[in-house]
Amino acid sequence: MASRRDFIRISGLGLGGVVLGSNAAYQAFSQTFLNNDRLDLGSLRRTPTYCEVCFWKCAGWVYKNDQGQIQKIIGNDDDLHCNGRLCPRGTGGVGMYYDTDRLKKPLLRVGERGQQTFKEVSWDEALQYIADKMQAIAKEHGPECVALFNHGSGGAYFSRLLKAFGSPNITAPSYAQCRGPREVAFLATFGEGVESPERTDIRDTRCLVLIGSHIGENMHNGQVQEMSDAIDKGASIITVDPRFSTAASKSKFWLPIKPATDLALLLAWIHVIIEEGWYDKAYVEKYTYGFEQLREHVKTMTPEWAHGITTIEPAVIRETAREMANASPAVIIHPGRHVTWYGDDSQRLRAVAILNAILGSWGRRGGFYRPAEKKLPSYPFPPYPKPTRTWQDAYPGLFPLAGLALASGICDATIPAHGRSCSFKAWIVLGTNLIETLPNQANTIQAIQNLDLLVAIDTMPMEITGWADVVLPECTYLERYDSIRENPHRKGQLALRMPAMEPQYDSKPAYWMARELAIKLNLAAWFPFEKMEDELDWQLKQVGLSLAEMQKEGIKTFEREYDDLYFAPDEEIEFPTNTGKIELYSTEFENAGFDPIPKYTPHPEPPEGYYRLNYGRGPAHTFSRTANNPNLTDLMDENMLWVNPRVAREWGLSNEQPVWLRNQDGATSRFPIKVRITERIRWDSVYMVHGFGHEDKRLTRCFGKGASDSKLITRVHVDPVMGGTGMRGNFVTFLTSEPKAEEVQR
Amino acid sequence: MRYAMAVDTKKCVGCSDCVVACQTENNVPIGFCRDWVVEVTDGTYPQLEIEIRSERCNHCNNSPCVRCCPTGASHYSDGGIVLVNSEKCIGCGACIASCPYDARYSHPDGYVDKCTFCIHRVKKGQDPACVAVCPTKCMYFGDLDDPKSPVSVVLKKRKYKTLIPEAGTQPELYFLI
Repeated sequence: MASRRDFIRISGLGLGGVVLGSNAAYQAFSQTFLNNDRLDLGSLRRTPTYCEVCFWKCAGWVYKNDQGQIQKIIGNDDDLHCNGRLCPRGTGGVGMYYDTDRLKKPLLRVGERGQQTFKEVSWDEALQYIADKMQAIAKEHGPECVALFNHGSGGAYFSRLLKAFGSPNITAPSYAQCRGPREVAFLATFGEGVESPERTDIRDTRCLVLIGSHIGENMHNGQVQEMSDAIDKGASIITVDPRFSTAASKSKFWLPIKPATDLALLLAWIHVIIEEGWYDKAYVEKYTYGFEQLREHVKTMTPEWAHGITTIEPAVIRETAREMANASPAVIIHPGRHVTWYGDDSQRLRAVAILNAILGSWGRRGGFYRPAEKKLPSYPFPPYPKPTRTWQDAYPGLFPLAGLALASGICDATIPAHGRSCSFKAWIVLGTNLIETLPNQANTIQAIQNLDLLVAIDTMPMEITGWADVVLPECTYLERYDSIRENPHRKGQLALRMPAMEPQYDSKPAYWMARELAIKLNLAAWFPFEKMEDELDWQLKQVGLSLAEMQKEGIKTFEREYDDLYFAPDEEIEFPTNTGKIELYSTEFENAGFDPIPKYTPHPEPPEGYYRLNYGRGPAHTFSRTANNPNLTDLMDENMLWVNPRVAREWGLSNEQPVWLRNQDGATSRFPIKVRITERIRWDSVYMVHGFGHEDKRLTRCFGKGASDSKLITRVHVDPVMGGTGMRGNFVTFLTSEPKAEEVQR
Repeated sequence: MRYAMAVDTKKCVGCSDCVVACQTENNVPIGFCRDWVVEVTDGTYPQLEIEIRSERCNHCNNSPCVRCCPTGASHYSDGGIVLVNSEKCIGCGACIASCPYDARYSHPDGYVDKCTFCIHRVKKGQDPACVAVCPTKCMYFGDLDDPKSPVSVVLKKRKYKTLIPEAGTQPELYFLI
């Protein structure tokens, strides 16, 4: 180690400093600059990408410095998802590449499942092992008994592989554990879902209503940006949340609602807006079905009725209803994103959809726009074989309106049941940490123990990889090509992800893995291109573009064919529902045997000494996948337990005191979580950010930091409409001393 | 020229994107930062207020750090931006002790480091990295001597404050309230 004095003497040689480029801009610097050796980055080269740290998929540029290292990632100005500004996670995406804890080589389990003993093997050996197992399962049980759980770009290729193999059982936890109820409710009401990025026209709204949605802590980038624009333009925000969220602090009205009573508030709002005649009469008349039934249904649901349930003053309910009505049709009652809370979520989201409909915000400026998208043609692969069974066969007569496969459903159907013809025998898990993602960990682990094959594909040694038979190290998004991004927005856009770096260690892109596996399974016909980029080039050439062009620009924007972002005045519209109208009274729900108009039902309340466990997001992290990222851990390295001062006094808790939590079923957190005493939370609930309390020792930065909310979610309220897993009906109490090891169930 | 920055506390959500952007732009080692986020909560449930501020060096016109630096490493540069010349700096820490805003840290390489208003970017006509990245666009940067610069315009329109005005440092970091 050179001493400080040595350093001064030799620093002129550039030791420890950044070597400067000699570009013209630098030459123009003043003398001050030339004396300072750490101000400029030199010349940078950039390659296009779109972000994989979360599902928003912002397009950006990866900048590399003269040493060929990634210097920074910044947003692409032309991108509608991010407008040139990434969120902290996207900016910190560089940490994904540099994290030395990454999975480095294919691993094969030796010894018992869950003991985490692996040996490093070659790619060929790992893939041959998987192919042999898959073929054995197909022979004995049928190819449908292989399921794919995915959350990320690589899912597309493994989906292709599975369909070619003969299994339709492809699922993402983003449906049944997250936004499923919202899609079902909006489909039933408007005939179209909300999709991602949401079609909310927050930019031009005059009133934004957030119900348990904490935009600003959940960094859904485009929405955060537009909310900020709306604040600038003087829009009012109404936030309904038992916690004083960041969004609540920016709001004109904050309604500190008693948890689990939102549906009563929504029905009271609908009541006020109808009774006072504040609804959009022309719109309701022209476009909706079932208004009279709705009026009758909410007749008794007065603000006074709701006050007794929600603790929100009747005057406040009326005032906020007026605020929405005054802003209409430029009003958004936001559908939220993670909405699997109490098991009646589809009905709650139906109430949200109805409220939007009677205020005329669907299809109107400042409400919900009509998205446009540009789709690339797919290569003409051979047709897939027809599967004979789907996951839904395991649930005869249940969840009739589930539009996508349920991750929780496939997990449950893996545990053998009497009279079921097939239980799942193999899981391929890509980029989703099912141990933390699915509620009721004991159940997930029981399912895993019934598998003949568990393949985990990830960039990091997440908990799920510890349970796997085969672990395949995927390279990060900064080291690979992926499908062209085609998500809908105000205009259609295509965005390219290309590698900025060569894959580190022995990691590989998912496309390569899926193709190699396909070759071993004699399914090569579905992967005709050896290189992903050749397939992309073929697709792009069909619409008159090319890969070379996309590599330069990163993104292509397509103007709308028609000026139809919003409904034209008096436009005749046939909505894709049974009646061709916006269904305030849902015939689809009725036909499936559910309430056509939402009813309020009370939910269980915490017993004495227990508090409702609420969880949410912190802006620096995505799910549980970023907790080990060096750049993001630097911002937030553990979660804390928000406790109201009144509760803290009762328990004698002090700030930063470590506590353990135990829920109503005796599930106990393994690691302590520090108490954060704050006025920002109600006295009947506690709150933590999801995604901490990692139990895999290979995650050196985040192992044992904070608590896992998933571990404490053992009671699941399943939504009968579509199978969503309501996770906010769990109650916890504090343990001020460390529980015994046997009390911490695995 | 008088460079200044204004941060809108009404829009900032405290996401700390400014912190990561600064770290990657300026090679700030992990574990250190040139800018940071402060959240202040006032009141009792349910009558509450939060002020969120993205803070950094205030680039004061009357800087105690420049006055107390024994080697002249801390100095005023173009447009009043306060810089540290890492070659002249001996890491004595006098400036760290004198800064009322706690805006400086000891770099592991043995010199004192802090925000430069990204002068290398500003010279090229770009905004500082934190301003350019902010998803809420809550930061405004520019020359106070130019009435058309974003920071001049916003300071004319809005109520604002500076931090610890009683320290008499004449800071150039403004918070819109």
